[in-house]
Parts: sequence; C-alpha cells; structure tokens
Amino acid sequence: MQCTQIQINHHYVGLWFGHDFHPQFPSFAACSKELKECSGHVFVDSVPEFCLPETELIDLSTVDVILISNYHCMMALPYITEHTGFTGTVYATEPTLQIGRLLMEELVNFIERVPKAQSASFWKNKDVQRLLPSPLKDAVEVSTWRRCYSMQEVNSALSKIQLVGYSQKIELFGAVQVTPLSSGYALGSSNWVIQSHYEKVSYVSGSSLLTTHPQPMDQASLKNSDVLILTGLTQIPTANPDGMVGEFCSNLALTVRNGGNVLVPCYPSGVIYDLLECLYQYIDSAGLSNVPFYFISPVANSSLEFSQIFAEWLCHNKQTKVYLPEPPFPHAELIQTNKLKHYPSIHGDFSNDFRQPCVVFTGHPSLRFGDVVHFLELWGKSSLNTVIFTEPDFSYLEALAPYQPLAMKCIYCPIDTRLNFIQVSNLLKEVQPLHVVCPEQYTQPPPTQSHRMDLMIDCQPPAMSYHRAEVLALPFKRRYEKIEIMPELADSLVPIEIKPGISLATVSAVLHTKDNKHVLQPPPRPTQPTSGKKRKRVSDDIPDCKVLKPLLSGSIPVEQFVQTLEKHGFSDIKVEDTAKGHIVLLQEAETLIQIEEDSTHIICDSDEMLRVRLRDLVLKFLQKF
Amino acid sequence: MDPECSRLLPALCAVLADPRQLVTDDTCLEKLLDWFKTVTEAESSLLLLEENPCLVDLLSHALKFQDVSSRILSFSLRLAGIFAAQENCFQYLQQGELLLGLFGEAGPLGFPAWNVPSVRSGWIQGLCSLAQHPSAEQFLIECGAMDTIFSLQGDSSLFVASAASQLLVQVLGLSLQGRATLQLGLPDGDWPSCAQSIVGYLEESLRSEATPQVTQALKVLTTMFGRCHQPWTEALWMRLSPLVVCLLEKDPVPTAHSLVDLFLSMARSPVFGSSDCDLWVTLAQTLSRLSPMQAGPLALGILKLHVCPQALRTQAFDVLLLPLACVLEAAAQPPGFRSCVYPPGLLDGTGSSLAMADALLASTSSCAGLLCQSLAHLGELQPLPHGPRLWPQAPLLKATVTTLCFCSGSAVPVSSVGGRLCRILAGCVRVQRAALDFLGTLSQGTGPQESVMQVFAILLEYLRSPESSPTVLKKAFQATLRWLLSTSKVCGSNDPGCHTQPFLRELFPVMQKRLCNPCWEVRDSALEFLTHLTAHWEGQPGFRQALLASDMPELAQQLLQDPEAYVRASAVAAMGQLASQGLHATPTGPEHPGAQQKSLLQELLHILSTDSEGFPRRAVMQVFTRWLQDGHTAMAEDLEQFMARVFQVVSRDLDWEVRVQGLELARVFLAQTLGPPDCPYAVALPAAAPPIPPIEVLRTLGRVQLLEFAFRALFDCDRPVAQKSCDLLLLLRARTAPDSGLQGAGGGPDTATVEAALRAWQAGEQGQPLGELVPEVVVAVLRALDLEGLQATLAQSSDHVEQSPRSLLQDMLATVGALGGHEADCY
Repeated sequence: MQCTQIQINHHYVGLWFGHDFHPQFPSFAACSKELKECSGHVFVDSVPEFCLPETELIDLSTVDVILISNYHCMMALPYITEHTGFTGTVYATEPTLQIGRLLMEELVNFIERVPKAQSASFWKNKDVQRLLPSPLKDAVEVSTWRRCYSMQEVNSALSKIQLVGYSQKIELFGAVQVTPLSSGYALGSSNWVIQSHYEKVSYVSGSSLLTTHPQPMDQASLKNSDVLILTGLTQIPTANPDGMVGEFCSNLALTVRNGGNVLVPCYPSGVIYDLLECLYQYIDSAGLSNVPFYFISPVANSSLEFSQIFAEWLCHNKQTKVYLPEPPFPHAELIQTNKLKHYPSIHGDFSNDFRQPCVVFTGHPSLRFGDVVHFLELWGKSSLNTVIFTEPDFSYLEALAPYQPLAMKCIYCPIDTRLNFIQVSNLLKEVQPLHVVCPEQYTQPPPTQSHRMDLMIDCQPPAMSYHRAEVLALPFKRRYEKIEIMPELADSLVPIEIKPGISLATVSAVLHTKDNKHVLQPPPRPTQPTSGKKRKRVSDDIPDCKVLKPLLSGSIPVEQFVQTLEKHGFSDIKVEDTAKGHIVLLQEAETLIQIEEDSTHIICDSDEMLRVRLRDLVLKFLQKF
Repeated sequence: MDPECSRLLPALCAVLADPRQLVTDDTCLEKLLDWFKTVTEAESSLLLLEENPCLVDLLSHALKFQDVSSRILSFSLRLAGIFAAQENCFQYLQQGELLLGLFGEAGPLGFPAWNVPSVRSGWIQGLCSLAQHPSAEQFLIECGAMDTIFSLQGDSSLFVASAASQLLVQVLGLSLQGRATLQLGLPDGDWPSCAQSIVGYLEESLRSEATPQVTQALKVLTTMFGRCHQPWTEALWMRLSPLVVCLLEKDPVPTAHSLVDLFLSMARSPVFGSSDCDLWVTLAQTLSRLSPMQAGPLALGILKLHVCPQALRTQAFDVLLLPLACVLEAAAQPPGFRSCVYPPGLLDGTGSSLAMADALLASTSSCAGLLCQSLAHLGELQPLPHGPRLWPQAPLLKATVTTLCFCSGSAVPVSSVGGRLCRILAGCVRVQRAALDFLGTLSQGTGPQESVMQVFAILLEYLRSPESSPTVLKKAFQATLRWLLSTSKVCGSNDPGCHTQPFLRELFPVMQKRLCNPCWEVRDSALEFLTHLTAHWEGQPGFRQALLASDMPELAQQLLQDPEAYVRASAVAAMGQLASQGLHATPTGPEHPGAQQKSLLQELLHILSTDSEGFPRRAVMQVFTRWLQDGHTAMAEDLEQFMARVFQVVSRDLDWEVRVQGLELARVFLAQTLGPPDCPYAVALPAAAPPIPPIEVLRTLGRVQLLEFAFRALFDCDRPVAQKSCDLLLLLRARTAPDSGLQGAGGGPDTATVEAALRAWQAGEQGQPLGELVPEVVVAVLRALDLEGLQATLAQSSDHVEQSPRSLLQDMLATVGALGGHEADCY
C-alpha cells in the first residue's frame, strides 16, 4: 500500500491508494527445506506473508485521519489500525466499507483454508538472503513482512470507519473540510477534495472516465483547485479496456467451442460485474448459451447481492432500472436462468453441479491461494483449457511460475479502467488546476517503452513530481484566515465610506480561537469596582480596554495645506520634497511639519499651543472614524 | 400549352393574386415555374402572354399591392424573368414598364417584403433568367439594378449571396460576349459600361482589407473562369491578375481556399492552359507561399490536370509527399545505427529537413489533418492514367508502413521529432484509417520483397491488435484483401503465392478470434473478408487446405444465429460462398456425434421463413440464386420441391427486395428449365439434350408455384417487383406461346376463374384464390394480359399522372378552394 500524507495545521491526513498490498513470494536456496525449486525458479514454501505500508517516514500514531479512495486500497487497514497506535478516524463510503470487508473476508478465508505450521524465516536472514538469486535477494524489508490478519482484526479495523456520502462536507478540526466525490472507478470509489476557506487541494486517485457500472466521475467539483494530487492511473496504459474485453470474449468462446474450460482468476468484486454484463450480451451470439459459468468465492453470493442494492452509487442507466423495478445488473438474470451459478467453495454443491466445458471465475488472482489453485492443478495439463488473466495487479508470468510446465493456454487481457494518459490530459484541460502533483513515474515514459512519449503526463505548467519517501512542499501559502464576527458586535459597527464602494469601521473585540475557528466577540463591559473584600476571580481577568482614539485616513495635499496655513496667518512657508514626502518649513515660527505617506510629524519647540493649532489644521484634511 | 391548362390558368392567377387565398405549399409554385420554363422553351413567350392576359395581370398585381405575400412576390419576379428571357417578350413587358416596376429601384426593393430572403432571391433569379440578350444589359444599367446586385454579394442569407454572385457572372458574360481579347487588353480598352462597373467592383473588392469581400470577388472569378471559356476571359485575368497576385504576397495569405479554387478553375480552362499567360508561374508561386495544409488541395488539382508543365507537376507532387517524407525522416535511425539500407527518401535533393518536419508537426490536429490529407490525395492520384510518372512506390510503402507503426506505438524513433510524432500519432484512429486505405491503394503497384513482407507484418499487427477499433479493423481487412490478391497476381497464378501462404496460416487464427468478437461490426467485417477471400481463391488447394484446417467454416455457420441482423446477412453470404465450393462445415463432425444438425440448405430456408430482419433474408435469396446458377449440388436434390417451398415463402415476404430477389431466382429457374434460346444464326451444334416441350415447362412451373408467385407479383404494390414479374412473364410468353402447340383455353371456365382472380388481385384483393394453372389456362391468360401495356405503365415513374401540369393546376385550385371552404365553415 502506498500512502500520500498531507499535513494541515499540525494534523495529518493520510490518503490511501494503490494496489501494492501483494503477497510476497521469494524464490531459491538449495540449503533450506523452506525453499523449493520449480522449472528453474526457486520459491519459498511458507504461509503467505504481506508487505506492510512503510512506517519509516510516518508515525502512524500521529495520523489523525485516513481517507480511503476505494475498496481495493484498504486491504492493509487492519495492520494500521490494530498495530501502530493509530487513534484517528477513517473515512470511507458505504460500498467501500462493505465490499472492502468482502475482499478482506475472502482473503482471510483463503489463507485459513491452507494452514501451515509456521512461516519460513530462515531465508530472511540477511546473510542467507544476499546469496539467493533474484528476485529473492532483492526483496526489501523482509523482516517486516507479516502474516495475514484475522477476521477479528478486520472487524475491529472496519469499526473505526466513519461512513460518508458523495459531496458530503466533513469538517476536520475546523481546519479544513474534506469531501468525497465519485471517481467513477468502482462502487463507492472516491476522489477527495480538501479545502479551507481560501485553498483547495484535490486528491484524485483510482478514477475512471469510462462508462462502466459505477456513478460517473465528478469532474466539475475538482475545478478551481490550487493543487491536484494525481495518482492511481492505469497500470497498463497500452491496453484499452474495450479491446481487452473483446480479447477476453473471443478467447473464451474459442476455448469453449473446442471443448476446453476457461479459468478466470479474479477478485470477487469490481471488473467481474462488467465482465458478466458483457458476457450476458455476448453468450447468445457466440453460441455459449449452454455453457455454465461458475463464480466461486466465499463471498460470491454477498458480492453479487451487494452490487444490486447500492443503487445510489451506480451509473445513471442502472439507477433508472431500479425504478422499473429491475435488478441493475443483468447477472441477476444469468443466475435466474441457471447460466451463472455461484458457490462459496469447490466443496459441497459445486462438486455435484460441476460439468464441463465451463467457465470459472475464482480467486485469488495471485494464484497462490484460493480455489483457483485447484483449477490450475485440474486443468493445467490440457492444452484445450485456457486461463485468462484480467486483473492488472499481478505479473501473470510470475503468478504462473510455480505451475510450470503448464500445457494450458494462458491469455493476458488486463482490464484496467483507470485513467490513461490521454484521459488525464483531457481531465486536466477540463479541471485546470493551478498545480499538478504526481509520482515521478508518471512524468516519464515507462522504462520498457522509453520511446512512447505519449505514455506520460503532459501538462502546463509541468507537473511537480515526487519520488518514494520524498517530502514535498505544496506550492501555495496560507495567507488568510476567515474570522466570524458575532451579530451583536456587527450591529455595533459604524462603517464609513472612505472611497466609493469601500467602507471601514474600527472594531474593538476579543478574538476567540478554538478548533481553528476564529470568532470576534464583543469586548466585555468594564466591570464595576467590586468591594475590597471580594477577591477578584481569575475568570474575571479581562484585557484592558483603553478608550480608543479615532483612526485617521486620507492624504494631505501639500499645496492646499500651504494655502490653509497662509490663510491662518503663517507666512514665510517653504516646502521641500523628500524621498518619502514633503517637509513644510515655517521659518518664522521655527517649526517643521514632516508629511509622509503614513505619518505626519509636527516638530516645534515646546510651543504646545502652536502644535495643537497646526495639528487641527492637519486633521482637517484627514477623515476620522 | 395544353388547352385544358389554358382554361384553368385565369382561375389560378386569380387565386394567386388574391391575398386572402394563401398558397402554403412552396413546392407547388416551384413546379409551376418549372412548367412555365418548359412551356417557354417550346413556345413563344410573347404569344403565351397575349393568349393568357391573366399572366400579365398577375405580374402587375404584385406591383400594385405592397402587402402582397412574399411567396407570390418572389414567384412573380421569377416568372417575369422567365418570360423576359425572350427579347420580343422583354420588349412587350417593357412597354408597360412592368419590368422596370418589378426590378427597378421603385419596385420591391422598397417593399417591406424585401427583408424576406426568398424575395431577394426571387429578384436575383428573375434577373438571372432575364439576362440573356443585349437589351437586358442595357435594362440592368438603366434600372439601377447593378448597385443592388453588388450590395447583395454580401447578403446575410448565403443562398441570396451565392445567387447574386452567379448573377454577376451571368451579366459579365453577357456584357463581354464576343468581345475581342486584343481590344479589351489595351490600356484604354473599350470595356462595355456594364462590364466596366462589374470589373470595377471586383477590383475594389480585391483591394479591400476585409476578407469576406475578397472571398466574394474570388468566388465570382472562379465561377466565371469555370463556366466561360471564351478568349476575353484572358483579358479579364490580365486586368485583375496584379491584384490577385498581391494577395499572395500578404502573410498569411488571405482566403487561401478561394485562391486555390480560382487557380484550379483557371488551370482547367482551355483559355489559360494553352496560352502563354503566366498562370503556371503564379501556381508555382502559390504552392510555395501557402501552408502545407492549404497547398494540398492545389497540388492535387494540379496533378489531376491533363495539361501542365512537368516542373510544376513535380513541385505539386513534392507538396503531397512532404508529410510522408517527414515521417520517414523522423523514424530514421542516425547513420551507422543500423546496417539495413533504407529506401531512398521521398524527396531526394530537396531534403525535408527535420526543422521542416518540426514545423509541420506542431500540433496534434494539424499533424493528423495533414497526414490524412496527404494520404487521401496520394490515394486519388495513384490510379490516374496521367498520374505522376515516377511514382515512388517503395518509399511510399515504407512511409505508409512507418506511419502505421507510429500509430500503433510500435515505431521506436530516436530523434526528438520522432518522439513527438509518436506522442501525436499513437492510437490516432483517423490517421490509421487513412494510412490503411492508402496502403490498400498501393497494392496496385509492386514493391521490393522486403517491403511486401513489412506490409503483411503491419497488416497482421493491426488485425491482431485488440486496440484496433472496428473501423480501423475494417480498413485493415480491406487492405489485406487487396494485397493478398495483388501478390497472387504477381506470382503468376490465382493461387495464394509463396509470401501469402505463411501469412494465411497466421491470419486464420486471428480471424477466428475476430469472428468471436463481442463487437458486431468486427464480426461483420471478418465475415465479409472471408467471403471475398473465398470468392477469389475458393478453388485453390493451398487456400482450401489452410481454411479447412481452421475452425472458420464452423464459426461462420454459427454466426447464422447471430443476434445482429447485419452479421447474420454476412454469415449467410459467407456460408453461401464456402458451401458452393464444399468448404462449409460438415453437418456431422466427430465433435458433434449424433447431433441432429440441419443441413445448411435447411438452415438458410429457416432464415428465409423466420428471420425478422430483411438483410439476412435478402442474402439468402442471393445465395440461392447463385447456387442455382452454378448448379450447386445442394440444390440438385429434389429441386422442384425446394423451389416450391422458396416461392411459397418469398411471395409472402414483406420486404420488396426479397420479392425482387425471388423473381430473379424464378428467372434463373425459368431460363434453366427452358434451356438456351434458339438462335437462327448460331453455328448449330448437336443439342446435348432435346429441349423440354413447352407444356412440360409450364407444368413444372406450376408445380414449383412459380406461376402463382409471378402472377401475384405482377400486381405488387412495389413497382420494381411488378416490373420484374412483368419481364419474367413476357419472357415466358415469348418462349412458350408461339409454337407451343398449345391452344389457349380462352373463354373456358378455368381461364375465367384465373382471370377473375387476377382482376381481383389488381384491385387489391389478394385473398382470392387463383384457380388451377394448367398449361392451357396459363397460355390463354398470358395472351389475354396486356403485358406490354403494363410494362410501359410501370416504366413510368409512379407519380407521372400526378406530375402533369393539368394535375398541378387542379391540385392548386383544389387546395386553395378547400381552404376557402374552411373559412366559410368558420362563420
């Protein structure tokens, strides 16, 4: 899991995104029982372990708020909430919470089904590890890898989530408001707007502009951002999802026609909804009406049912179906007509119903645990069968490595609906943020396709990029704070128009600051002198309120001022220009009047009467309020 | 004029002049004008007006009342123009000062209706018709119309402005008609006053700083030189050319498109093409002054000219080649980077520098636009017989393939321009389509072995890529087909050549995937491609072997049940093609043991009977017709029963095109049943089989229900069906009646029943049974029917009756009369 963290007025907001919560599987070392070799590759035989979010830079116990973008990027939440001293609040939408729970439940279930006595630890010894071949020797922070969490930890972590709806404004410590907006990627997936009264930061992660099942991306609300933090773009920018769906269907049909079975390793939620919808329209044209589709996951039933009840989070077309009333997703009809069957596992009913050729959707897409392992064992030896990878998170070659040699055909059709670079370019043109901040990988072509200048963010001004563990100062300064004036104080103000359209008033008040909110309250009335016997209470200690002199404004026109002086009997007047203004010299009276932009000094030798006379003449030219 | 029309005319004119009677239908007035035009072309207008004074009254009426409707005013102006086109009639109308009233300054110009564009348009069209004789020229000057014509050049209505421009051309042509070039060409040349004022106006416009005004003047000149090829046009050009050439010196060149149109219009005129005028120099100058995007159409136009100096042709060709040359240069590796030798550049000598490429490819839209334009223009040139003599086939192939590589992201450029091109072109569907189109065109020429291999490689990449959009894929299929066919021709046989056999082995798995694509357009394109490929190579062993080794026949057959009608239609066509050469899937394959597979024939018949869409049914009929023509074995078994079933189904089909196809099938069946016609001049060969006696033919036709189908179709409400049936029955009558030995059973009870039924059908009662069609009855009915008369009637358009002038006048009177009736009802 990657994390971007924003510090606002000493509060930390963690913005969670990314799919990097992956099981880590090292390979090789002939000297240990915990290592196994397969077709020239070495693997660790162990309970799957998981690489945790990095904590070197962030002390998670100081994080006040975590904003979750979508259900794919919350898989490490229990590690944070349960083991780091985190005491803050987690915000997420309801589908994110519910489907995130399903994904975690499935993961825990898969891991629990393959109990192993202990984790492999010998190979983690640094002296051993450096002798191992790549990629084992290059694995980082292996000592921090942890086993999967338990369901209890999942429940505890999820209980800390506070549910929010799209466009709902959530006040954070009075410092900022945060608002989730639809990101168009998955059910309940969000972009976050973090704004104060004068600044706006948008965090765009895992967004999609394609028309799939979720509510479309809310672009309008991202406008006028000072900074747009952009991440979670497509992992496969060269693969257009439409083309990939076409490949998926064609390969599926050709395999089944030839009597083979199709295995689709997948998550129990997300793209599978779109794939089932596509197949619903496709199976008749491809003559697949009699081919059974099986969806096997401990949470298959919940996933299919949840998708149908989150109507408000769906795209417009699907929302309107609810009022007909019809189920928003056509997989309901596939289930009704027995074309799609779902089972919690391969045991029980499935073994009775199972017939071939068929299409099986099951997890885990890493191919390291879950029912997919059984199907690979079952079908791997026949070239009639095909495994089609649709999830973009895993390298299919690495995933298949321990199963080699494999006769089964392998097709890679990664379907990643998140923004590609053309869409990013259009989005930025539409939203026009003042600054774009993104990971540095997005500002250069992918290393394997260095000539593809189209596969990078191209915007003006150029995006500010950051690399791993970099602390970046966002390019804006907080200059203003909003202060509220209490109504009774406002009533007492008497504005004076000093220029057309500009009025001023002096305010004498007490500035009350609490939770980053500033309020001007009327000053307390001067207290009556109390009897000498009563002791003054501390709370009665009020600031001294001196009688304020009126404030002056305006400028003194020198020529007119001189004329006035002459009118009042002063003669022998000289005017000298200085760098800051003028000096009016009354030679006879041995007096000097220094007129500058923001001050006027009358310098005369202890003739207070004269000074007061001159002061009054000066004041005639100025406004008082 | 038809006396009946003449009789109706006063009433019509009265109606038209009556402001209470609103003619709401403009098309009636248009038809009326068309009719008057036809009448005046055949008769004297003067006579017409003298015989029908109501017409002059109508014209005068338009002048008397300023509140006359804009429709009638516009109509009157145009009508007056039509009459005044003949000089004697012009004089007649002038005597009453009617024309001056209509077209002069005191006329409609001051009416409130002048604000209506149709009135201004009517005024211009009236003058346009009128400006045919010298008196008209004088009239235009005297009535002060010229200034109005000039002001209308910039009218807010585009139609009015365009018509005004045409009028200017017409008047200028009239004024300068027959003038000698030499006389006009002198510094103090004797230009007629009308021409003088027009040329003065044009000169002023060309000098103007306002672009719209310059454009108007250039448009007038373009039309002038395009329409009139008289020698005086040269003098006109000599007078105006300095001003036009001045425009070229401005930066940027204003109204570049109009200038291009003008120069091309001149270049096509024999006056300029054959003379020594400096047009070719101007064209060369224009090519170098305009931006590449603006110069493209001019370059294409120049290359399409029959007469043109070779140097200019070369310069124009270079303009078209420049964008592709830039692509080649941008993709080229630095010297020594690769050992492979690139084909020579497209622009040897001139050297399209990278700096030029940089300027050309500044933005996405301009780059894509320029490349598409260049590819499309080059595509137009290649097939021309007088196209560029040295067609750089090999570099063009290379450039097109490179462009496609940039578009697919597979090009690996090393220069910065290459990098930018890559960014601009990656995934650009527009350029992909244009490049694939052009690649297909290039298949007409040959290329080096290496280039051909590259062509097939890039085509395969596009066909294979999931990123190819359906439209791109269709173009890729089309280009592939053209290349496959051209290479097989080069190889000297009609068999897939040595290059293509390995290509086919890779192509078929890709096509299988395409036939399973969820996007129907892709399935459709793949099926069409399969059909075309099979049509060309069906008999060739190499192709047959590769095809039968794939799953394509089975997949194509499966698509007969596709949910999309277009795909079903294409699948029908593909299966028809495959089956005619025995390349279709066998009904009982080992993978479908015991399956009750219907034969393809039955499956197609099922589609014909039940498919809800017309396209698949039409496709089925086309397949059946072709199979019958080719003597396909599937048809041979129990042909009569099959045909009977088809005719029965087709006669009930709701789609007229299916019924027409049914009649075509009937025609082929009839021709085959009758055998070849006797030709008295043919060198007689002993007949293989004696001809079948007519009586037998008629019996067969009766058994297959062809006759009932044909008789029913004869009275079909859709004219093409009835026409086709009529032709069929005429053929049948010609071949059976003369010496059949059959006595038509005229007057017999059976014949009477059939004739009664036919009469009922003609009256629209199709439910009445026809009765038994025994040969004798058929012969009698065929004789009794006036097939020739029917054929003649059907040959006329269906609205010929309604189009007659009399009908038009009656209709107009009736419509307005009906309106009057409604008015009365209101009280």
